[in-house]
Amino acid sequence: MSSKYQPVIGLEVHAVLETRSKMFCACPVVDSTVGEPNIAVCPVCAGMPGMLPVINQAAVEYALRVALALNCTINLTSIFARKSYFYPDLPKGFQISQYEQPLAQNGWLMIDTAEGEQRVAIRRVHIEEDTGKLTHVEREGQRFSLVDLNRSGVPLLEIVTEPELHSVEAVRNCAYALRSILRYVGVNSGNLEKGLMRIEPNISIRPIGSTEFGTRAEIKNLNSFRSLERATTYELARQEQLVEAGGQVVQQTLGWDDGRGTTQAQRSKEVAEDYRYFPEPDLPPLVLEKAWVDKIRKGLPELPQARRERFIKKYGLKAYDANVIVAEREVADLYEATVAAAKTADAKLIANWLTGPLFGLMNEAGVEIAGLRFGAKQLAALCDQVAAGKVNAAGGREVLGVLFVEGGSPTSIIKARGLQQISDSGQLAAWVSEVIVSNPKQAVDYLAGNAPLLNFLFGQVMQKAGGKANPAAVREELQAQLSKLGK
Amino acid sequence: MSAGLHELSAKQALAGLRAGKFSSVELTRAYLERIEQHNPRLNAYLHVAAESALQAAAAADKQYAKAKRSKSAKLPALLGLPIAVKDVLAVAGMPATCGSRILENFVPSYTATSVQRLLDAGVVILGKTNTDEFAMGSSTENSAYGVTHNPWDETRVPGGSSGGSAAAVAARLAPVALGTDTGGSVRQPAAFCGLSGLKTTYGRVSRYGLVAFGSSLDTVGVLARDAADAGLILKVMGGYDPRDATTVEKTPKLEKPSGKSLKGLRIGVPKEYFIDGLSAEVENGVREAIRQLEALGAKAVPVSLPHTEYALPVYYIIAPAEASANLARFDGVRYGLRVAQDDLIEMFKRSRGAGFGPEVKRRIMIGSYALSAGYYDAYYGQAQKVRALIRRDFDNVFKKVDIIAAPSTPSTAFRIGAHGNDPLEMYLEDVFTLPANLAGVPGLCVCAGFDGQSLPIGLQMLGPHFADERLLAVAAAYQKVTDWHKQAPAL
Repeated sequence: MSSKYQPVIGLEVHAVLETRSKMFCACPVVDSTVGEPNIAVCPVCAGMPGMLPVINQAAVEYALRVALALNCTINLTSIFARKSYFYPDLPKGFQISQYEQPLAQNGWLMIDTAEGEQRVAIRRVHIEEDTGKLTHVEREGQRFSLVDLNRSGVPLLEIVTEPELHSVEAVRNCAYALRSILRYVGVNSGNLEKGLMRIEPNISIRPIGSTEFGTRAEIKNLNSFRSLERATTYELARQEQLVEAGGQVVQQTLGWDDGRGTTQAQRSKEVAEDYRYFPEPDLPPLVLEKAWVDKIRKGLPELPQARRERFIKKYGLKAYDANVIVAEREVADLYEATVAAAKTADAKLIANWLTGPLFGLMNEAGVEIAGLRFGAKQLAALCDQVAAGKVNAAGGREVLGVLFVEGGSPTSIIKARGLQQISDSGQLAAWVSEVIVSNPKQAVDYLAGNAPLLNFLFGQVMQKAGGKANPAAVREELQAQLSKLGK
Repeated sequence: MSAGLHELSAKQALAGLRAGKFSSVELTRAYLERIEQHNPRLNAYLHVAAESALQAAAAADKQYAKAKRSKSAKLPALLGLPIAVKDVLAVAGMPATCGSRILENFVPSYTATSVQRLLDAGVVILGKTNTDEFAMGSSTENSAYGVTHNPWDETRVPGGSSGGSAAAVAARLAPVALGTDTGGSVRQPAAFCGLSGLKTTYGRVSRYGLVAFGSSLDTVGVLARDAADAGLILKVMGGYDPRDATTVEKTPKLEKPSGKSLKGLRIGVPKEYFIDGLSAEVENGVREAIRQLEALGAKAVPVSLPHTEYALPVYYIIAPAEASANLARFDGVRYGLRVAQDDLIEMFKRSRGAGFGPEVKRRIMIGSYALSAGYYDAYYGQAQKVRALIRRDFDNVFKKVDIIAAPSTPSTAFRIGAHGNDPLEMYLEDVFTLPANLAGVPGLCVCAGFDGQSLPIGLQMLGPHFADERLLAVAAAYQKVTDWHKQAPAL
């Protein structure tokens, strides 16, 4: 983006409320990417004649958790509405949603941007039902579409931010922050690939300094954070080029093509839709007792933002590390439990081991916290051994690798593998002198000013020690013996 | 033995069954024989469930026999009683066409709560009765399966939309039948066929399994020979249903008259219901009935429901608006008629074009228009505001009186085809019945005599919310001193 235009972006996020049963019937909510089609369907969610919706209270509670976590004003009376359009994945010919008087409105959340922290306003949070899923197939030259209603009637939460994001980075961070909150309050696993969370940015640009809004385009079909960033970047560039060339942005819905890295106008949305909203007569207004809402508010866990502040203050973490650790509740929980269990290791050392070596192993293997074969106690024991100098960093990594694959006790692993760090000064002095004697040229060159050769000699000593020597002590001894030599 | 069984009211029939005077199979067979004899002419039933009815009757007889052996007095309230069910109510395993081509071959796998409660109480379902398509009409002329003929004069309509149920009960092809009332569809056919027709309070009877027309107006009701029979059915099928969020968990118990005397009962007579266009014979019949209620001790006072004249336009915005969404599910995708096309949108259009009749299409168009962006406030939004005023009219009047008495319809049964060319004329048929639906209050129509052509005249009584039993009690007192309700058409 050149400096001539300012991006103006809002997010519309749909999150499945992962309740046991659907929004308006008793059908179970199943993983629609795994299960057989049409196994979780009843006359209600299949839109059979004469069927009526009944509100799932658990879904309302889940929705309230999110709305409260987003600092929204809760409407104690909210109204369900019918949104009408024809499509084969919408069995009733209308979706039950909320229109006027949504469940909650006027909230906010904090995000990080290049310019510092930003408070992003949430316009509204409302409950609706999901549609079914269409699969278009071609068999023996015949084209047809298959309808799977497993997803039909699954509770969805729609979260709409104000268009207050002004960079791709802000868009990404806002999406991550929302995902983090959804996961913290335990309503959604945050999986974009499976469509459990769907993020649709609406994007416009305006000349820097202008306060008017440009015409916006909405992007759908983003099933990863990477595609969110790519699509946003692409669309901003497209709009800028268009405007620079004297053209005008058209209000439209665009579909992101991840393979080609481009957006395409979605044909069905070219015509302006009139959804003919009106209050759902089959459902009386949703009236919430204030006491119940307060109870849900009190039951909320510490949220990422607050936890981050606390981690910075209490554990002395850098903002970046605190962010990384609190992003997922399970990670932050593991961190705090490890800090509590540790005897000698301090909070910073533990943060380094968590976000460094452990995250590395987890990313490589695609494992999440829940899938680890060890817990806070073992991680604390390992960090304690490192902090006490009983094992060096390389040895510690090896221990972690074993823990990761097999589990077990760090002290036993260290013993079994003979990874105890050697700090015995007599032994270290002997190895150092042996190395200098067998590498006289390098020693002389180092003394002549070729400083990097110190690392070579250090490496030779560590090799002799089988990697277990205390690296700081080795360096000290090496420099002492070399300087003696120089005199 | 079975010669006169069809002449018994539901209450009498149940007494006979309990006393072992005849069996449910005999009773059911008597009705099936009459259906076979007269239905081809009347077209009251669209589907006759002879086989399952006889099976159910045999099962009921077994239960009676078993209870007799074990000397147990505990028997389901309606054991062995045959009934007819309007075709907009789902009964598992039976067709539910709703009088429409689009559901010609549709057989639901579920049963409406109202019907299920009756089945649990032991009823025998004789079959499904004719209706205007999706209950939209006042004559059954909008049925895709032909008009039903009024048993009192077969050249006339039985009223609608529950015309099939009304004709069936009037012609003694069923002791009692379920109907539905969205704008008068129980009360108007009851008036045209000389029956007691109860429109229940909105929220009193579950709508689960009732194929929706206007969801905020739809009610399940009863067409019966007298108020006592209607009460029997209401008692069993009413009450909270966890599957219908608009049913009421606790219904208030309202005062009602007991026995013959109506002493202390205050009857409001609304001037807005005695207007130009009301036939003199109907007016005379209704006024005479009110005098009889007064003779029983009631006191009639003039009242006013000032927003009555807006009921018709308000209704014809709200009901079609709700219908336009309710009927969107009939798209040819999962069930019902499909006209296969290569293009999806074309398939929707052709299927709906072929499946819906002209009145249904008209209402879908009116409703879609009223809900369109830019028109919503002027039509639907405005209609909801006026609806609130109409409801307030009733609230105000029921502070002063216990019930309202008025005509059910402007005239007695009209000839088939009389309103053929003008939908507005047909809409005016419901002018006295629509307000109760908009307000959600209960209504009961009872026969109050006959006009010069021997056609029944209907008295309509309206009560405050959940005063269904009060209306039935007043009617029962009236029916103790009159015998209009005992008249049967000569077939």
